[in-house]
Amino acid sequence: MSRTAVMEGSFAVAEAVKACRPEVIAAYPISPQTHIIEELSKYVADNELSSKYVRADSEFSAASIVYGSSGTGARSYTASSSQGLLLMTEVLYAMAGTRLPVVLTGVNRTVSAPITIQPDHQDTMALRDTGVIQIYVENIQEAYATHIQAFKLAEDHDILLPVMVCMDGWILTHTFEPVKIEEQELVDKFLPPFVPKYRLDPKNPLTYGSYGDDEVPEFRYMMHFAMEKAKTKIQLIAEEYKEIFGDYFGGLTEAYKCEDAEIILVAMGSVIGTIKETIDQLRSEGKKVGVLKVRTYRPFPAEEIFEIVKNAKIVAVIDKSISVGQGGQLATDIKAALINKKTPPLVYSCIAGMGGREVNINTVKYIINKSENSLITNQVPDIDYIEIKRQYLE
Amino acid sequence: MVTTEKLNLLAPGHRACPGCGAAIALRQILRVVGRETIVVSATGCVETFTSPYGQSAWEVPWMHSLFENSAAVASGVEAALEAKGEKANVVIISGDGGTFDIGMGAMSGMFERKHNITYICYDNEAYMNTGVQRSSATPYAATTTTSPAGKNSYGKMEFKKDVPAIALAHDVEYVATTSIAYPQDLMNKVKKAIGIKGPKYIQIHTPCCIGWGFDSSQTIAMGKLAAETGLVPLFEVEKGKQMVVRKIKNTKPIQEYLNKQNRFRHLAKEDKEKIMEKLQEICNDNVKRFGISE
Amino acid sequence: MLTIGAVCEAGKSRLNKTGSWRDYYPEITAKCTGCGICELFCPDSSITIIDKKCIINYDYCKGCGICANECPKTAILMKEERK
Ligand SMILES: Cc1ncc(C[n+]2csc(CCOP(=O)(O)OP(=O)(O)O)c2C)c(N)n1
Ligand code: SF4
Ligand code: SF4
Ligand SMILES: [Mg+2]
Repeated sequence: MSRTAVMEGSFAVAEAVKACRPEVIAAYPISPQTHIIEELSKYVADNELSSKYVRADSEFSAASIVYGSSGTGARSYTASSSQGLLLMTEVLYAMAGTRLPVVLTGVNRTVSAPITIQPDHQDTMALRDTGVIQIYVENIQEAYATHIQAFKLAEDHDILLPVMVCMDGWILTHTFEPVKIEEQELVDKFLPPFVPKYRLDPKNPLTYGSYGDDEVPEFRYMMHFAMEKAKTKIQLIAEEYKEIFGDYFGGLTEAYKCEDAEIILVAMGSVIGTIKETIDQLRSEGKKVGVLKVRTYRPFPAEEIFEIVKNAKIVAVIDKSISVGQGGQLATDIKAALINKKTPPLVYSCIAGMGGREVNINTVKYIINKSENSLITNQVPDIDYIEIKRQYLE
Repeated sequence: MVTTEKLNLLAPGHRACPGCGAAIALRQILRVVGRETIVVSATGCVETFTSPYGQSAWEVPWMHSLFENSAAVASGVEAALEAKGEKANVVIISGDGGTFDIGMGAMSGMFERKHNITYICYDNEAYMNTGVQRSSATPYAATTTTSPAGKNSYGKMEFKKDVPAIALAHDVEYVATTSIAYPQDLMNKVKKAIGIKGPKYIQIHTPCCIGWGFDSSQTIAMGKLAAETGLVPLFEVEKGKQMVVRKIKNTKPIQEYLNKQNRFRHLAKEDKEKIMEKLQEICNDNVKRFGISE
Repeated sequence: MLTIGAVCEAGKSRLNKTGSWRDYYPEITAKCTGCGICELFCPDSSITIIDKKCIINYDYCKGCGICANECPKTAILMKEERK
């Protein structure tokens, strides 16, 4: 029987990881990822989990350790945040290129400088081109389920890419919610032991990390192709999860009240909850608004997004990060998804919530209000910094 | 027909320069570690010349990932084997750059966590793969492409980093230095290391004809001279035991070694005599400190 | 077909016949006793000892000259390759 308990988001993630029976865990602490890896080390200390747990000397080493263990055919897990994720960057490129199905939690936190431990998406955005699959979750229950799905996805022989579950630091890791913890037997049924396609083994000596003489474009293409396949796989796995556990958290996207919406907000992560609440309020006032949650950011579900927003008049994209000198990354990708289509909706790019600045119902209402005005004037600001304190800038 | 079967786990056809000391090191190492081994290497000459896609020279499972993480990757390999209850020798073979400099942190972590891994550094005393730049293993006064001799410079101005001492400070199980010029010494030490549980460190002096500037036929001769002058002491320390040093009957003057390599050619100039003397002093100190003389 | 993640098979460097790099080639004379010292020093795995004589694999020998230099009996001579 599954059980439901009120628990901190980090512990729910640790529960999910434990249920997946990773053979090797390697990690290095950084706020706000710490509670996850502390809880996992406690399971190991209490013999509730038989993983080899390697206390790495840095995130760079932690990622390298799971690189080695995954290549030796062991189901492997790590987690990090912010500076730690950036320190892993070089390894993550190599890991994806070598097609090692490591699962990691990317606990979202902004990056230095200035240093702060507040959440935004700046860290994982910096990793979007690595070849690591990125799934952003909205709430703790979804974080729990997505970790279990992530191993299945990563280890699928058609995919074989690292999968990162991105969850907002503090907002999701350090808050409490009732969480449904699934029965171990069912998790085992959903996620059988890892069967590697290749592995380091003296019985069949293979060479890993070879020097690419002339095949680099082909290997990159193969990674991209695996990402494309992942679009279907993610949906199948979400449905299989529902069959076994009864819960569904969406595959690539989730459209909320979008069918007849004139204004559609697009965002990722925990802010979706706030937006849904706002939408409910405004719907009761008769406004035709909806929200599109982008769950899977890499691979980017451009076609699916277009299908959902094509009849809207304006799409307001909230980025909790910025590509300095260009703008919001999600907004840029949404624009790209619409560019060659007939009569696409307008795209309004909003940067909000950076460095942990609050995005509340009023923020969302403000964005919707500006979207309405844009529809009247038929003019959309290039990029809008929401709630920036202009008086500081004079 | 009697073929004397010698285990050879480095296939021919690899792309090392003719006369490459590192390739010789690989052959000697692999002969004793045998097939039940997983090797991890850092980026560098060895990685490049052994692993072109589809033309790997390795006959044992081998993994390369990055320049600075071979000790961490190997830690993961070892952890996975342990998790699965499998056994194999886990051996790292990385260059001096990947060991002395950029990979030092990962190596320190591996030592401290007490992984059952033999870390072997092939020391060709510079970053050869990228065109002979200075590393912290480059000897005093040697020229490299980033430590050229000039009006204000006599080559590398700093001394070689003492990595065996750093390994010893980690309380590892076994530390040794050896040279491809003494294959029995090398193979005995590697064999001993893999038989001991826990972290081990072996540093192999591997002359590089291209980077040091000598004829490809002289690789072994150069390795011998390095030891015979006392510049490269060969020793081993098993935890809890006395250091054992390879003795030299009559040490040779350092000049004999220096004269044969382009990287020291600038020292032949008169005004560089002091530097030459300093190098002789380093040798004399080694002879005294390690008790090299017979 | 390319393999996933550029993982590849062992020992396939044999496809690359490095013998073509050679300017000089080692010639084994009658003085060779098959002691095997050259075999340990050859960087290119190009020497085997058969019937107490060392045999060079010219498909791969790069002609570095180490074997000739290290042979205690001076039984190996380096000769210019006629290309
Ligand atoms: C992070 C990083 N920095 C720099 C390089 C470039 N690089 C590749 S190999 C190398 C030098 C390797 O030197 P060493 O470890 O001594 O091995 P060798 O080539 O001498 O055998 C350098 C600088 C790299 N690959 N990665
Ligand atoms: S540069 Fe030196 S170490 Fe590198 S392959 Fe050539 S001889 Fe060997
Ligand atoms: S010349 Fe060099 S490559 Fe050829 S057999 Fe002798 S040692 Fe080996
Ligand atoms: Mg080097």
